Amino acid sequence: MAKATTGIKASDIKFDRYRFDVVVIGAGGAGLRAAVEARQAGLRVAIICKSLFGKAHTVMAEGGAAAAMGNVNENDGWKVHFRDTMRGGKFLNNWRMAELHAKESPDRIWELETWGALFDRTKDGRISQRNFGGHEYPRLAHVGDRTGLELIRTMQQRIVAMQQKDKKEFGDAEKYIKVFAELTITSILKDGDKVSGCYGYWRESGDEVLFESPAVVLATGGIGKSFKITSNSWEGTGDGHALALKAGSALVDMEFVQFHPTGMVWPPSVRGILVTESVRGDGGVLTNNKGERFMFNYIPEVFKDKYADNEAEADRWYKDQNNNRRPPELLPRDEVARAINAEVKAGRGSEHSGVYLDVSKRLPADEIKRRLPSMWHQFKELADVDITEQPMEVGPTCHYVMGGVKVDPDTAAAYGVPGLFAAGEVAGGMHGSNRLGGNSLSDLLVFGRRAGAGAAEYVKGLKGKSPEVSDKEIEKAHDHINDPFDRDGNENPYALQQELQNITQDLVGIIRTESELKESLEKIESIRERSKKVRVEGGKLFNPGFHLAIDLENMLLVSESIARSALEREESRGGHTRDDYPKMDPEWRQYNHLTTWSGKKVEIEAEKAKMLPEELLSLFEMDELKKYFTEKELAKGGK
Amino acid sequence: MARKVKMRIWRGDSKNGDFKDVTVEANEGEVVLDVIHRVQATQMSDLAVRWNCKAGKCGSCSMEINGKPRLACMTRMNMYGEDETITVTPLRAFPVIKDLVTDVSFNYKKAMEVPAFEGPEDLKPGEYRMQQVDVERSQEFRKCIECFLCQDTCHVIRDHEENKKSFAGPRFFIRIAELDMHPLDRLRNRKKKAQEEHGLGMCNITKCCTEVCPEHIKITDNAIIPMKERVVDVKYDPVRWLGSKIRKREGIE
Repeated sequence: MAKATTGIKASDIKFDRYRFDVVVIGAGGAGLRAAVEARQAGLRVAIICKSLFGKAHTVMAEGGAAAAMGNVNENDGWKVHFRDTMRGGKFLNNWRMAELHAKESPDRIWELETWGALFDRTKDGRISQRNFGGHEYPRLAHVGDRTGLELIRTMQQRIVAMQQKDKKEFGDAEKYIKVFAELTITSILKDGDKVSGCYGYWRESGDEVLFESPAVVLATGGIGKSFKITSNSWEGTGDGHALALKAGSALVDMEFVQFHPTGMVWPPSVRGILVTESVRGDGGVLTNNKGERFMFNYIPEVFKDKYADNEAEADRWYKDQNNNRRPPELLPRDEVARAINAEVKAGRGSEHSGVYLDVSKRLPADEIKRRLPSMWHQFKELADVDITEQPMEVGPTCHYVMGGVKVDPDTAAAYGVPGLFAAGEVAGGMHGSNRLGGNSLSDLLVFGRRAGAGAAEYVKGLKGKSPEVSDKEIEKAHDHINDPFDRDGNENPYALQQELQNITQDLVGIIRTESELKESLEKIESIRERSKKVRVEGGKLFNPGFHLAIDLENMLLVSESIARSALEREESRGGHTRDDYPKMDPEWRQYNHLTTWSGKKVEIEAEKAKMLPEELLSLFEMDELKKYFTEKELAKGGK
Repeated sequence: MARKVKMRIWRGDSKNGDFKDVTVEANEGEVVLDVIHRVQATQMSDLAVRWNCKAGKCGSCSMEINGKPRLACMTRMNMYGEDETITVTPLRAFPVIKDLVTDVSFNYKKAMEVPAFEGPEDLKPGEYRMQQVDVERSQEFRKCIECFLCQDTCHVIRDHEENKKSFAGPRFFIRIAELDMHPLDRLRNRKKKAQEEHGLGMCNITKCCTEVCPEHIKITDNAIIPMKERVVDVKYDPVRWLGSKIRKREGIE
């Protein structure tokens, strides 16, 4: 049993102390890209991995990275990509982020090639691009269905290359970049309003670590582990979201959670594991238990002119994209997830409450194995299903949070806390109310780089006058880590996590209502109370019960933020569907929800969204804009 | 359709350890990692196990199950008999930290010793042109999820701590092969270095690494053997040997 150590003086606390210019929390795509940029700017960088180096959730991204390179269809370009992204997000996106993203993602992909990435090729030797939901042209750079692995490995190897160079030049591989594997950050430290560092513990030993650092980049990914059925790994506990809230920053639009339409549903132990959208991009069709391609019945008004309303045209599209409309299986994810949900509810679901996804009739077996190797592997080994011969059973799974830390689009600086930055899934705004597939991998490259550059510029601007870490901050952070060992009580962290996951799944899931959201808030509150009685068994040495007790607090904060924002937004849009307010309302498009933390409770405030400038507004037809904006807004012409 | 299964789990730290027997529920379709998680949630809350994605994509939950190196998330319970006791132990080739978690830092040190990709200087980003057939060879090796099962099973280091210093292991032979076969990599002495600095010669191609690879990468046939053959070619072909002495073959061409 660990001894009670809370309430002691900083001078009596044992911890490792490091000093860096920038600490990057998170070693997925965004974090690694930020670290590369900050190093290139001449800064000393710490990379914090919650797991081993190279294992972050980015490895699970399958389909590809969206970038309008125009390699497959030369009509593509940043303007088309920008339009698709805004449509996908139902125009709630931070337009500046969507603009930067569309303009810069091709450069970010090409840059990866110079670091050794090997994407699949076109016939003329360029990077191949594949179709995906909501993208007008084939746009996703990919490597089979393991694109995320290629991204993370390329950047991991880029970091190693930089360390090798530093070793050659300075005799010390870790002079500029040091990787801290299996370390959890539990507090952002501040000096006045500015970041002064962060504090955490080695997962392996439980020993505490202080980082003195004027800049911290949050790149901690998502929140999926707050839901029962999710495609996310254990790391997705919303750490960065919670760290930002507790540091005094704000989250934006937390009600928008993406349920990926196709997760595995059977057997139960694999429920939620992702089935890539590439299956549909490469011709897979969705059917119900009557054999109907039901997606034709779910094309929403705003997309009627872009999607085929009959099978013949949808099938022709795979051969001739210029003269046919897209198959409705390739609608944005929110639409497809709701459709599947509705089919199952109406009793037209598959044996295990999903629907069927079949690619075996479209492509020959060899081609399926070549294009979708890990899907073939995954179904064969985990479900005894051969996808070259049989349909898959799929259903929605919690996949991505559009909401996140409110940031400055150009520098990735977090709102309200100088020295704090955020990039990737933990940042909000870029995707509006719904993210298009493929836009995440490009997002983390574009804004990871911008966060690294933003942090570097900020640190240089301090001219050596770094904020200082006070003893009081260290004591507070130390107590926070040790609290679970000192408590009286016998709550089991695993049981509480499971209860929380059930609550969010059942009451804050794909379809929401006022009464259920209110019920969820009461239940979350009661779990929070009980979480104060979680007692950790055993010592600090690699103790998962202890790790979970710490993570649980973050999951509670995130779940409450989602539920409260969802309760406020009385409309349906993208990844937020209210049964009691089923329509999208242009009045609501004008507002973003800001989430803050008072120290005791989560508070939500509606903030007026910035209108698109004329030059971006003019990229759309007026008829389309009318579906999303109020007449008053459009009369002003976007000024 | 839950049934009770018997498991023997190794518990301990770098100094001591022992097997603990547990009986635990297993449901239809479950993998070994599911059952370990159930043990953790209901019987041993501090049982240390490393895992991330639970979908065979990250390579974190490597351990030995009934003596065989495996990913716990891809090992179905129904592979084993109803009455069979399933024994789980940490990877043998690496030092134990706690329970099923080992210190795999050896692999990260070796990664640091493999020279990185050197792209062509005359091509700007976006100007790379490569054919699919030419990238496919390297792509096979880039499927590697770094689970280090191949390292664990390789008998050159499995019970021979003394070889670790001079032997990079199968994971890094495929990394070297991947770079060597990359159509645009400019570093030309990779095979030679594999032989002289990374211990390629110590491998006697028993293919144990290929057998345990969860990504089904043909480590021995497609990476190790071709590299060994080429090294031998250069070493023993008198004309090429002479050429290598006259022309500059070291470093970047």
